[in-house]
Amino acid sequence: MSSESIALTAVREPSRALSDWLYSWVTTVDHKRLGILYILYAILFLIIGGIEATIMRIQLIVPHNHFVSPQTFNQMFTMHGTTMIFFVVMPVLFGFANYLIPLIIGARDMAFPRLNAFSFWLTAFGGFLLYFSFIGGNGLYGAGGAPDVGWFAYAPLTAKTFSMGHSTDFWTLSLLVSGFGSIGTAVNLVVTIVCLRCPGMSLGKMPLLAWLNLVMGAMVLIVISPLTAAQVMLCLDRFLGAHFFDTQAGGSAVLWMHFFWIFGHPEVYVLVIPGFAFASEIIPVFSRKPIFGYPIMVAATVAIGFISMSVWAHHMFTVGMSSYGNTFFALTTMIISVPTGIKIFNWLGTMWGGKLQFKTPMLFCIGFLFQFLIAGLTGIMLSAAPFNWQLSASYFVVAHFHYVIVGAILFTIFGAFYYWFPKMSGRMYNEKLGKLHFWLFVIGFHLTFDFMHIPGILGMPRRIYTYEPGRGWEIWNLIVTIGVFFQIVAILVFVGNLLYSMFKGDPAGNDPWDAWTLEWSTSSPPPEYNFARIPAVRSRRPLWDIKHPEDPDWKYE
Amino acid sequence: MSTTGGSLLAASLFSVRSCFAQASQVPDIFKPASTPADSIHRLSLFVLIITALIFAVVFCLLAYAVGKFRHRATEDGREPPQVYGSNQMELAWTVVPVLIVLVLFFATARVIHSVQEAVPPPGAIQVTAIGHQFWWEFRYPALGVVTANELHIPVSDPAHPTPTFVKLLSADTDHSFWVPQLSGKTDLIPNRINSLWIDPHETGMYVGQCAQYCGTQHAKMLLRVYVDSPEQFSNWVAAEKQPAQSTDAVAVGRQIFEKTACTNCHAISGTVANGRFGPDLTHLMSRETIASGAASNTHENLKLWIRNPDSIKPGSLMPAMNLNDQDLEAVTVYLESLR
Amino acid sequence: MSTTAISPASIESQWSLPYKGSVGMACLITAESAIFTIFVVAYIFYIGKSLSGPTPKEVLELPIFASICLLSSSLTIHAATGALRKANLSAFRLWWFLTLTLGAIFIVGTGREWHHLIYDKGLTITTNLFGTTYYSLVGLHAFHVCVGLIGLFTILLLALFGKVRQEHSRNVDTFAMYWHFVDIVWIVVFTVVYIIGR
Repeated sequence: MSSESIALTAVREPSRALSDWLYSWVTTVDHKRLGILYILYAILFLIIGGIEATIMRIQLIVPHNHFVSPQTFNQMFTMHGTTMIFFVVMPVLFGFANYLIPLIIGARDMAFPRLNAFSFWLTAFGGFLLYFSFIGGNGLYGAGGAPDVGWFAYAPLTAKTFSMGHSTDFWTLSLLVSGFGSIGTAVNLVVTIVCLRCPGMSLGKMPLLAWLNLVMGAMVLIVISPLTAAQVMLCLDRFLGAHFFDTQAGGSAVLWMHFFWIFGHPEVYVLVIPGFAFASEIIPVFSRKPIFGYPIMVAATVAIGFISMSVWAHHMFTVGMSSYGNTFFALTTMIISVPTGIKIFNWLGTMWGGKLQFKTPMLFCIGFLFQFLIAGLTGIMLSAAPFNWQLSASYFVVAHFHYVIVGAILFTIFGAFYYWFPKMSGRMYNEKLGKLHFWLFVIGFHLTFDFMHIPGILGMPRRIYTYEPGRGWEIWNLIVTIGVFFQIVAILVFVGNLLYSMFKGDPAGNDPWDAWTLEWSTSSPPPEYNFARIPAVRSRRPLWDIKHPEDPDWKYE
Repeated sequence: MSTTGGSLLAASLFSVRSCFAQASQVPDIFKPASTPADSIHRLSLFVLIITALIFAVVFCLLAYAVGKFRHRATEDGREPPQVYGSNQMELAWTVVPVLIVLVLFFATARVIHSVQEAVPPPGAIQVTAIGHQFWWEFRYPALGVVTANELHIPVSDPAHPTPTFVKLLSADTDHSFWVPQLSGKTDLIPNRINSLWIDPHETGMYVGQCAQYCGTQHAKMLLRVYVDSPEQFSNWVAAEKQPAQSTDAVAVGRQIFEKTACTNCHAISGTVANGRFGPDLTHLMSRETIASGAASNTHENLKLWIRNPDSIKPGSLMPAMNLNDQDLEAVTVYLESLR
Repeated sequence: MSTTAISPASIESQWSLPYKGSVGMACLITAESAIFTIFVVAYIFYIGKSLSGPTPKEVLELPIFASICLLSSSLTIHAATGALRKANLSAFRLWWFLTLTLGAIFIVGTGREWHHLIYDKGLTITTNLFGTTYYSLVGLHAFHVCVGLIGLFTILLLALFGKVRQEHSRNVDTFAMYWHFVDIVWIVVFTVVYIIGR
């Protein structure tokens, strides 16, 4: 049996002028470079969003604190939420998808490389536009004219009467612009996965990373548009005097909520499904077994995608819908826990009977399993509408969704960083520092977000810049704030590790993890053309077939 | 007769105040004191038990896997058996969760129905709550009472229930009425009529606050609900129905109040002041707090509030009144006569 | 040693996946359909809820002629793409030009209708909920028609310079998908605004 080398030895390029190097990055259409641009952009905004969170937590560390004014605090929670969702998690997931999908399906690039670049720069511009509000907008009173209407910008608070000046317009326009970027990337993802798979890679032989990003891309197409539409309506209201959400003219504040959450709920599945994809690639490799139940994992994900578009009003249980409406949405929300639970069991099944290697990527994925379990269970509590009437808009909900976004999604993203960093940079990160990052972050995460559930149960609403003493909230807020500092140190360790390893890490080679998908068959980092010859595959784990010719996967699939 | 009314007021105030010496308490959703909150509490315990069981099972499986299947250095380099899946397992961990969901769903649907479809009995008290940026207006249409921020309702005897049904409206943007020990929260949305009901079975003072972000001072749109005994409640209603009692001692302050912009926003029944933008001040001194709970109702705080509201509640819609010290003192003394 | 997955050449020779242009346009159409759906939902939700001002019945006239023009343009573009596939370039140019003309007539018709509504009937986007939802929904569609007209014009120019030939059939078909989508949306908008809403 012969094998062909498909990547030439990396050639050291002659050093270029800095301006040339920068120009090549700014004008690139290479999916790998765009992927890295997305990821670096996300890290920058992760730090900014983290600073905003830290400011809020310091303000809340004791009751009646005067660290920041109420106006500034209200801007902080608005900017923190908007930044983290639209300019951290979505870009980093698009970045990994951009980098990995063509490699993992054996293609040379995405389907539309120039659209890819255009989408990135649209998203990037959206972020800068949002932050320009601090110095634009109303000027420098307090902290400038940054939006302060909350990341879901409920009407009629966003009407011109209640939000004078341009702060709301910055929110609306920056998300409109980056929304078009998201749609562009989603088009690229879907078309690439549908049309550019290498020979032999039928849909049933595609790695789960590709399947789950296909579902995510399709969801983005359907789901970002309602937000775009609602924001266009808001702009018409604010600029042209339209009455979509103008309650004085008979408009409906609840209509905004419906439109926003028709976007907002599937959006969180858009965020978590790529996280599932990372876990579905990492856990098998570090358990030394294939993913358990591949067809069911695909079916469950598609089911989650569909069902997620029917649950949105569980964010609106308190707005006075009829008992039939509340009952329906409670039911659909409970139902979605079934395919989600199936996935958790399948990951467990993958680990079961394996030979687990606790390298940093795997540690983060195990943390993900534990935390996603808890997040799902608090989600079930919230799906019981009457229980929701107590818990919604309180710190219990804040704890729940941070458990999902930080405890589940961010943990898998960290896992992905460590897993694919060797491929992207050609060097190994420092394993000891990776483990330090993990443990510090676990401690900080649990200090902050476990105890955050309690003030919610004790009646503390969200989005308040201060609170009354004597309600039993003080001790919990103190503990929550302390956890933040552990997380800050952990992030510093993470960034330091990546920076140092990028220059001084050991060479990684093509396949440091002894993995089985196509990206590990090319050099680290891959050449611009990815593969010297487009590969052809016979199973879901083409490299397993090569490494185990006596026992290839295509005999069993 | 004004003196009878006055002594009636004093008596009721004294009894009210002596019961509620402690100003704050913990609004714990697991310490319900009213029927809808009770129903929610029972459902939440049921849900908690089920989720705790699920957590225990899955966590044990995870912990066991992590412990038992770790790669040991002494083992050979062979890969473990490559298992691709198992249809029986998939069936098992699909069917069991579906059953759990069905059980949870029926329990939930029952409580949704019992809370939302409750019909007011004949003895029910009707209150209309109107949310404002950043205070609460309470009207009792059948009783002819208008007040603000501190709600008084009678305790409800299961034999002759007197629950309070609250119609929820908004004058500006979205708010949410949340007093955890008395009921789940329901939003106040402009151009929409919502409602909730409270059926308290213990007297006491219960705290809460606005739970839907409504602007700069959302955090200080606090709520107090006083659950009174039936006599206390009727005394309170009788006192609240009276127009403002005025004496000559406060005539100076009253003049300033009525001649300045105060009357644009505030109403005092029995006088020319009938503004609706701010709280009704007719019985201001029957309340223990001002600025919707942001400060206790004392002479100093009243003066501070009128002179510079931003020092107590920065961003509230009450403007600084720019009175000189003498006028300020006079107005404060007048307001303090509004019992 | 770097390796690759290998397989018999037969897999490669039979491997064919959909054309990326069509799939991409289908994705775009999906996203656009979602946007239109939200505006249609808003329109339907607000039927009968205006607090004042003219009602649809009072001011709307059925834009029959403009609609016939727009929907016929789907037929002409279908003929155009068919001609291009058969390398009949002059027929292609003719049908394409007709498509552009019919689309332009539709936009002119919309413009005249709006002029009438604003100046003669006093209906603007700020008048009431009907004005708000009418102008935004019909305007969103008209905007998409205009984008289509720009595309049609560009391709017509290229065709007149001889740059559009049979081998570009797939690309032109992809654009035609967009134009058909715009027509289908008009059927929905027409039904909702001029039939159901009146």
